[in-house]
Amino acid sequence: MDFLALIDLSVLDSTVRLATPLLLACLAGLFSERAGIFDIGLEGKMLAAAFFSAAVAAITGSVWLGLLAGIAASLALSGLHGLASITFRGNQLISGVAINFLAAGLTVLIAQDWFSQGGRTPSLFGGGRFEGITLPFAETLRAVPFFGPLYYELISGHSILVYVAFAMVPGTWWILFRTRFGLRLRAVGENPAAVDTAGVSVVGLRFAAVGICGILCGIAGAYLATGLQAGFVKDMTAGRGFIALAALIFAKWRPWHALWATLLFGYLQAIALRPDIIEGALGFQVQVQLLDALPYILTVVILAGFVGKAIPPRAGGAPYVKER
Amino acid sequence: MTLMQKFLGATATLALSAGAALAEPALIFDLGGKFDKSFNEAAFNGAQRWAEETGESFREIELQSEAQREQALRRFAEAGSNPIIMTGFAFGDALGQVAGDYPDTDFVIIDMVVDAPNVRSVVFNEHEGSYLVGMMAAMASENDTVGFIGGMDIPLIRKFACGYAQGVKAVNPDANVVANMTGTTPAAWNDPVKGSELTKAQISQGADVVYAAAGGTGVGVLQTAADENILSIGVDSNQNYLHPGKVLTSMLKRVDNAVYQAMKDGPGMEKGFNVMGLANGGVGYAMDENNAELVNAEMQAMVDEAAAKIASGEITVHDYMSDDSCPVLSF
Repeated sequence: MDFLALIDLSVLDSTVRLATPLLLACLAGLFSERAGIFDIGLEGKMLAAAFFSAAVAAITGSVWLGLLAGIAASLALSGLHGLASITFRGNQLISGVAINFLAAGLTVLIAQDWFSQGGRTPSLFGGGRFEGITLPFAETLRAVPFFGPLYYELISGHSILVYVAFAMVPGTWWILFRTRFGLRLRAVGENPAAVDTAGVSVVGLRFAAVGICGILCGIAGAYLATGLQAGFVKDMTAGRGFIALAALIFAKWRPWHALWATLLFGYLQAIALRPDIIEGALGFQVQVQLLDALPYILTVVILAGFVGKAIPPRAGGAPYVKER
Repeated sequence: MTLMQKFLGATATLALSAGAALAEPALIFDLGGKFDKSFNEAAFNGAQRWAEETGESFREIELQSEAQREQALRRFAEAGSNPIIMTGFAFGDALGQVAGDYPDTDFVIIDMVVDAPNVRSVVFNEHEGSYLVGMMAAMASENDTVGFIGGMDIPLIRKFACGYAQGVKAVNPDANVVANMTGTTPAAWNDPVKGSELTKAQISQGADVVYAAAGGTGVGVLQTAADENILSIGVDSNQNYLHPGKVLTSMLKRVDNAVYQAMKDGPGMEKGFNVMGLANGGVGYAMDENNAELVNAEMQAMVDEAAAKIASGEITVHDYMSDDSCPVLSF
């Protein structure tokens, strides 16, 4: 048994890459659900953003225009979700499911119409992709024992969106817990009537939250298609939006916990890719399927109340009705 | 009432005549989608070739979900399409149920065996083609470590992996083969992000040639291999052009030939078990201008010699599906 072998630098590197889309989607869900709007359409929004970022990057050759297009597409779906569940007070879960179906179908349809490559975009190259950026001093510090390789391999060399995602964790904490907007946003998820009594617009706050959720999902989708990959392939989100939701519950709707939860889930995905390391460290084989299922098992354990209790925002899922 | 009957009669005649007129072949694509740059696309190319040569047309459908299999089969059979060709092992159960209900319609299933009097089952000796690209991988590898990335973990994909590993060991008995599967659900065919990460994981284990048999996931594998400056091997269709100079070769599975032949034979074709192997050009490896620099004459001579020996029966490549085990690779 050599548990230290489980902490392999290349596995950690892979963890960062796999955790980033989960983290962005998880923070997106956090904003939305803290304001009382459940959002199971994270998957669909990421998928739409992945497609439009890749498509626009392929056409214009600029990954930044692609990113903007991805965010715009995700925002449009967010607007739809807001319209259905805030303005018209529809069921938030049903609206989310509809968005997932809509994105899965529309992306392939539009891709086929634009590029005729069977629901995928052409391969991106050059300025159409987010390249990894080497942080300052990475090369010079590489010779320093322990810290050097750690800095060079693990921290440096990711695409800019990874750093944006990690910076969003303190950012989210600050917005939610240190600003007036954040206080109101949390209040609207717990007791919208009180916010309304104070003369603040419930509808406006909820739309703002859903909008932030759209922007973050847009970045997550763009990272998948233009950072990790060089183009869009149908259904390429492969359930990451749902793992992010599980992470959100696991994190009990708190930003720092969301970081640890998504890193844990990312690590489980990354270590599943290296059965040789697991066998070397534990001395026996662990089924890859078990590792793939672990995020969900852990979430169920948390939900069942074995380890602390996950209590969602009190007004979550309920449309706000001003007067009866 | 009489008016209603007239209408019904008229529609029935219309349907019948339409059915007779529509005795054109039909092609059903599996969930990977028509343009997967791989398996289904090869089927489409074969059908397209037939259509261009004969000037006739064929009907087609891309499945969107598992539930549509039987429905699509029945609709084409009801509409009078003949023969009906389907790509993919997953049609086995559906066809087994449907074939008996339409004894006058010919069905062709690729990658699966269905025992019925009106079904032609086309299977490929993927292990033979994989053996050849495995040889090439072992010759091209400098670290004596090569990788295999499969899509969904099913016996068919293990057959690819096993043939590949045997080819590698034939050239270099000490070589290490790292084999991973993307997943156990159909989503594993469309997860290029995981394909990329698997490729990087294999590179960190020393692999410098990676063979992807993973549908859409393979797009991510080939991309990452090109980005990280190692060689990759494509599958089913010729994928050499995707990254010129970075794709060592592609294991060709001539699904296009099988589909073309079936459409050419038309209704009343020969039924039964149809094996496409090295001997009859069913599998092979791809050479074109994109990989000409990567494969030297010596390499090609060795592979061609092995191909001839396999075709003549001098070398037998073990088929994973024959006994669900592989002598040189453990999963």
